[in-house]
Amino acid sequence: MGDLLEIIGGVFLVLGSITMLLAAIGMYRMPDFYNRIQVATKASTLGLLQVALGVGLIMPGWAPKLVVLFVFILFTNPISSHLVARAAYFTKVPMSKDTKIDKLKESISKAHLKTVKTKA
Amino acid sequence: MKNNALMFLTLMSVWVLLNASLDPTLLAIGAGVSLLISFAFCSKCDVISGINLSPKAIAYSFMFVFVFIGELIKANISISKRVLAPSLPINPGIVQVKTKLKSKVGRMVLANAITLTPGTFTLDIKGEDLFIHWVDVKSTDVDGATKEIVSTFEKYLEVMYG
Repeated sequence: MGDLLEIIGGVFLVLGSITMLLAAIGMYRMPDFYNRIQVATKASTLGLLQVALGVGLIMPGWAPKLVVLFVFILFTNPISSHLVARAAYFTKVPMSKDTKIDKLKESISKAHLKTVKTKA
Repeated sequence: MKNNALMFLTLMSVWVLLNASLDPTLLAIGAGVSLLISFAFCSKCDVISGINLSPKAIAYSFMFVFVFIGELIKANISISKRVLAPSLPINPGIVQVKTKLKSKVGRMVLANAITLTPGTFTLDIKGEDLFIHWVDVKSTDVDGATKEIVSTFEKYLEVMYG
C-alpha cells in the first residue's frame, strides 16, 4: 500500500515538473511580455498543485501543511502577476505586433478626452 | 461581530493545519492569539464578510472549486499545445468585459479565476469593467467576450457573494 502511494506520488511529481518545463519553453517562445506572464502564471500554479499532491501522497504527515501552502499560492500568485502586468502596461512595455485590439488604451484615451473637455 | 468570528475561524484553521496536531496546549495558544488578533485588528475588515453563508452558497463554493480546477487543467493543456506548435498560433489582444458582481471580494475572486484560466489574464479593473489580455481573441465586442470569459464563473460567484 505504501509502495503504491509512493508510485502515484512520484507520477504527480513528474507531471508537475513537466508542467513547469512547458512553462519554461513557453517563456522562451512567446513574443512579448504579456503572453509570457500568461504562461508563467498558469503553469506555476498547476505545477505547484501537482508537486504538492505528489509530496502529500509520499509523506501523508505533511498533507495539512501542503494544503495551507497551496491555498496561499493560489491567492497570491494571480494577484502578484496581475500587479506586475498592470505596472508593465502603464509604464508602456511594448506589445507584440500581432496584437489585434487594445480596449484598455481606447478607454484610457476616452477618459483623458473627458477630463480635457471638462477643464476647457 | 460576524467579521471577527470569521477572522477567528480562518486564523484558527490555518493554525491547526500548520501544527497538524490537536494537543490541548497548542489549541489554547492558537485560540488565544487568534481571538486577540481578530478583535484587535478586525472590527472593520469587510474582506471576508462578503461571503454568503447559506447552505446553497456553500454547496456552490464546493462546485466552484471543482469547476475551477477543471478550467486550470484545460488552461494548461491549451497553452502547452500553443507553446509546442511550431507555428506558435497566437492571436493576442486586450478586450473589455463586464461583470454583474457587486461585492469587492466577488470581483477579486472572479479576476483571479480569470487570470488562472485558458489564455486570459486580468490587466485592470475599473468599476464593473474588466480589461483582459487574451492570447486567442475570439470576439472583440464587449458582450461576446463577456459570454466567452466571465459567464463560466459568474453563475457560481453570484450565488456565493450574492
